[in-house]
Amino acid sequence: MTTKTMIGNEIKRENIFKKIPQVYYFLVIVTIVGITLDQVFANGNILSNPVILRNILVRSVALGIVAVGQTFVMIGASIDLSVAYTISLTAVMTSLIIQGDPARTPMVIVIVLLTGAFVGLINGLVVTKLNVNAFIATLGTGLVIKGILNGTFSSGSMGSVPKSFQALGYEGFGPVPYSIILLVAVLLIGWFILSWTKYGAHLYAVGGNILIGRLSGLRTSRVLIGAHIISSLTAVFSGLFIVSRLGAGTPWVGPDGIYDLESVATTVIGGTALSGGRGGVFGTLAGVLIFGVIDTVFNQLGVDTYLKMVLRGAIIILAVASYSVRSKREAA
Amino acid sequence: MTDEKRNEKSPLMEVRNISKAFPGVQALDDVNVKFLPGEVHAVVGENGAGKSTLMKVMAGAYKPDKGEILFQGENVFFTHPVEAQEMGISIIYQEFNLLPERTVAQNIYLGREPSKFGVINLRQLNKQTEEVLKELGVDKIISPTSLVSSLSVAEQQLVEIAKAISLDAKVLIMDEPTASLTNTEVNLLNDLISRLKVKGLAIIFISHRLFEVFEVADEITVLKDGRHVGTVKTNDVTTEDLVYMMVGRTLDHYFPPLGMQEEFGEVVLKVENGSNDLLKEINLELRKGEVLGIAGLQGSGRTELAQALFGVVPFNTGKIELSRKTVEINNPNKAIKRRMGFVTEDRKSEGLLLMQPIRDNMLLAIRSLQNILKFVHKEGIQRSSSLVSELGDQVDVRVDSFDREVQDLSGGNQQKVVLSKWLASGAEVFIFDEPTRGIDVEAKARIHDIIRGLTKQGIAVLMVSSELPEIIGMSDRILVMHEGRIGGELPAESSEADIMLLATGQKNGNGNPNTAANGRGEK
Amino acid sequence: MSIQVEKPTSLNMLGLLANIWAWVRKIPPVYPIFLLIAIGVSQLNPNFATVNGIMAFIRRAAPLVILAMGQLFVLASGGFDLSQGSVVTLTIIGSALIMHNHEEYTYLAIAIMLGFGIVIGLVNGFVVAYLKVPSLIATLGMLLLVKGGGLYWTGGAPKGYLSEAYRFIGRGYIDNVPLIGRFPVSGIVLLVVATILIILFHKTNLGKQILAIGDNAQAAKLSGIKVRQIRMIAFMISAITAIIAGILVGGYGGSSYTAGEGYEMQSVSAAVIGGALLLGGKGSVYDVAFGGLTLEAMVSLLNLLGLPKPYRDAVQGLIIIGAVAYAGLRTRKRD
Repeated sequence: MTTKTMIGNEIKRENIFKKIPQVYYFLVIVTIVGITLDQVFANGNILSNPVILRNILVRSVALGIVAVGQTFVMIGASIDLSVAYTISLTAVMTSLIIQGDPARTPMVIVIVLLTGAFVGLINGLVVTKLNVNAFIATLGTGLVIKGILNGTFSSGSMGSVPKSFQALGYEGFGPVPYSIILLVAVLLIGWFILSWTKYGAHLYAVGGNILIGRLSGLRTSRVLIGAHIISSLTAVFSGLFIVSRLGAGTPWVGPDGIYDLESVATTVIGGTALSGGRGGVFGTLAGVLIFGVIDTVFNQLGVDTYLKMVLRGAIIILAVASYSVRSKREAA
Repeated sequence: MTDEKRNEKSPLMEVRNISKAFPGVQALDDVNVKFLPGEVHAVVGENGAGKSTLMKVMAGAYKPDKGEILFQGENVFFTHPVEAQEMGISIIYQEFNLLPERTVAQNIYLGREPSKFGVINLRQLNKQTEEVLKELGVDKIISPTSLVSSLSVAEQQLVEIAKAISLDAKVLIMDEPTASLTNTEVNLLNDLISRLKVKGLAIIFISHRLFEVFEVADEITVLKDGRHVGTVKTNDVTTEDLVYMMVGRTLDHYFPPLGMQEEFGEVVLKVENGSNDLLKEINLELRKGEVLGIAGLQGSGRTELAQALFGVVPFNTGKIELSRKTVEINNPNKAIKRRMGFVTEDRKSEGLLLMQPIRDNMLLAIRSLQNILKFVHKEGIQRSSSLVSELGDQVDVRVDSFDREVQDLSGGNQQKVVLSKWLASGAEVFIFDEPTRGIDVEAKARIHDIIRGLTKQGIAVLMVSSELPEIIGMSDRILVMHEGRIGGELPAESSEADIMLLATGQKNGNGNPNTAANGRGEK
Repeated sequence: MSIQVEKPTSLNMLGLLANIWAWVRKIPPVYPIFLLIAIGVSQLNPNFATVNGIMAFIRRAAPLVILAMGQLFVLASGGFDLSQGSVVTLTIIGSALIMHNHEEYTYLAIAIMLGFGIVIGLVNGFVVAYLKVPSLIATLGMLLLVKGGGLYWTGGAPKGYLSEAYRFIGRGYIDNVPLIGRFPVSGIVLLVVATILIILFHKTNLGKQILAIGDNAQAAKLSGIKVRQIRMIAFMISAITAIIAGILVGGYGGSSYTAGEGYEMQSVSAAVIGGALLLGGKGSVYDVAFGGLTLEAMVSLLNLLGLPKPYRDAVQGLIIIGAVAYAGLRTRKRD
């Protein structure tokens, strides 16, 4: 590495191309490859049928929303592995409480949001006050939620969600589905908080180097707890969306969709480091879209479900490896 | 400023009867010092003398057990460093407190971002940063929107200083500010310090580099074992006086005598035309029993040379010969097999396993040479050996038990453990990179003695150092690096001026710069 | 010779008590905790404290203990292996498939599975050591690979069953043992594996090098340790122990698709209860083994308290958090 001296040093002009997260180049490549495969080996529907394109986006909504929350905690050098079960919890609670009655909708939404915030609060407290590694802490809370869910709500009458609620999952504002509006809204709010608010700046600091944060007088615990609450809240929104599409909630929607692992993977692929201190939601969005495209292409090609799982695992590893292989530090 | 005028100034900051104890050690004992505005005040002393502790007490990072701190004549009491900061006392640590992935502006105003209802006013943020940088005179060099990770070490330090200015600092404390700077950067820093002096700031800094202290400081405080030995005006003392105050010993015990011609043996390490991305056309020879000093400015390739020789960042081209056999060294394991040892620049992050006991650290290198299924023994590599205790004696590690975790030891003792690791592995070529960085004067002398002792056993030593007195005091021959090349070779006891000339590239190496066969008695 | 500080021998009570207390403080907490829980269990179920009860406990606990010991190797080197659970499942369903209609393939099945274990460990190690992917992501990815691969291979529906010979390893007993009567086969497997791993970790270079890597990989590398190869070995050990544990679980519970669920979290928690540091550099096979026993005993306790299965998951979550919180209070690498 060349050492620079102060003599003759000029201010580098900002390179616009540096501002686009690297991952978008990936997305472009993946899309091109995917479309080619589709043309060659399948019906070539992706390009010809706009519904399929829309489906890619819709499929990405659930993952995308929760991945935004995961991005927050990961910027704070933490992680949230309880999201899958929070999603399930939301889905089940919504469906049970609403019991097909549209009048109950606002009440239900408030209840699940409060529950989610509570889960996030617990996660944050365990991590900051009990000093437990976030990975273990959130996995632990996830297990607790799993236990409560499976124990309390055995598969029986799960209730169901009224048609009006299902509008979220299926209807739209003109040609634009509500779900995508929701995703975009979450993305923009997330971006705004991270880039424009004091909280966002403090979150980056706490994740980058918590000691520096403390020395600068930041309330580091509050910042982290806040990130965990945000993460759980996004899981709630995701759960609401999912239940609106399924019509009823079951305890296994969360884990089945492997939302925990995938939200982490898409965030890392999107350029947010596990070690915290940098990254952003638009990178994560690209990661989510990459997974969406891959999913759709596999569907078009008729790939077996289990093989899809195998390929997913391989893709996650390879995608992260393509970044890490170039880094100088050893991994653990 | 005349002495009379100076006596009239009242201290900007003062510590009275400050005491601070940690479990097992009295770090500060009844210390009294006055710091005057518009002056540069250096604090010197051995490791463990209490310098860092005193600075941290003044900056609000530690609470004193006894005593008072006065600021602008008033008694003050801090519960958190932020309070000291707000009052105008800023401290810059050796490892900067900067977030590399954030911009200059974001770093400077962390926690104080100009905002309304929680939303940051970005334009205001950058503007304020620009103004502070202008006040320091560095606005042309550093931009508020640059990422800190893209700045050089010197520039990062400027950002830290800018942060202090933005906090309206009246007292600026710096811990080893010149440790990682080139000579040019040091000069620029000194200019900056002069300008800050004029503004009336009190500047306090800790340094182990006594020659720098003499250049810049107006007053010097010496601490020893937590006690205040004395505060003197720079003009009134010499380096010898200072060292005596610090250790109770005069300077001529500082370096062991150099090697003599008869003691130098055959060439044990030879490099012909070695190059890689950072080094060009390296040709050198190292003989048994000699200390070859490697000098040069920062960035000239000194550490890179050491790393290339040890296989950390190997040569791409050229030839290496060990004891006349051509070898390939492209990873440390190979170097160690060939009986080389590397005492790195940063022992904590590169040389030691902090959580493991001393004995496991000592045996680390030698174990790496053996089969992984070989049984391990506490004292050495065989059941009956007492290697660990012998090594402990040889390097004079002062500790009650070798089961102690290495992180509990002082810097000097830690460095000795690193040395013993290579002795255990039977290294015949030792490469040192800054062997006495961050080590107090007494342990420094001990390590120099040990190094010279190695050469008496026929071990060949290559020593990279940024401290010119160390190079001059220890080297039997000196190679000076310049921009990735060997700029030239100098004989023992050359002057600092000669070395600096070659280091800045002003004098070309004449012909064959680096072989011992320059008509100096090689067989 | 080393400079030892001699402690004055004290004849009075206070000095003696102080010495005993200092010795007691050094005992890893997992041992008293295990004792407490074991006592609790035997109060609720007097059978537990009988020889038969203990043997039954060992038979049940063996897989988790083996997993935890394997996990220690990876944890001590500074990583995580989250693929252990899915490897357990793979072992069970894969063996069943191989032995489908061919009982004589028992040993073949075991050999093939062990081979898989070596390959999985190699891949995990390679991805972490050479591709520098954080082990969290690498092994989670492997979890998907193994889970999906296993399901694809067996067609997603239970096919075949495990032969008697195979199941004997996991659920059988050796009779006519003097004094004890009968000793579980899985206990023998446990003892053999434990002995090998204890020797490897505590008595050989391998263990010291793994600890070195977990403590400071850069310093280890500069001191000549082949960091990448050692990491691969650690992951291989972890995967192989998962295969062995899988054989035992399959024997005990029969062929099932969900047998391996949650085992990776349990093995990490058992290791943490046993004092392993999550960031690497510290750990002991003995303590970790008891961590596994402790966790298993806790499950028994919960069972006896009448907690239905789902709530046991919840409690386990709390236990995991508690164990790590407590461990965090005891040791920490100082800044």
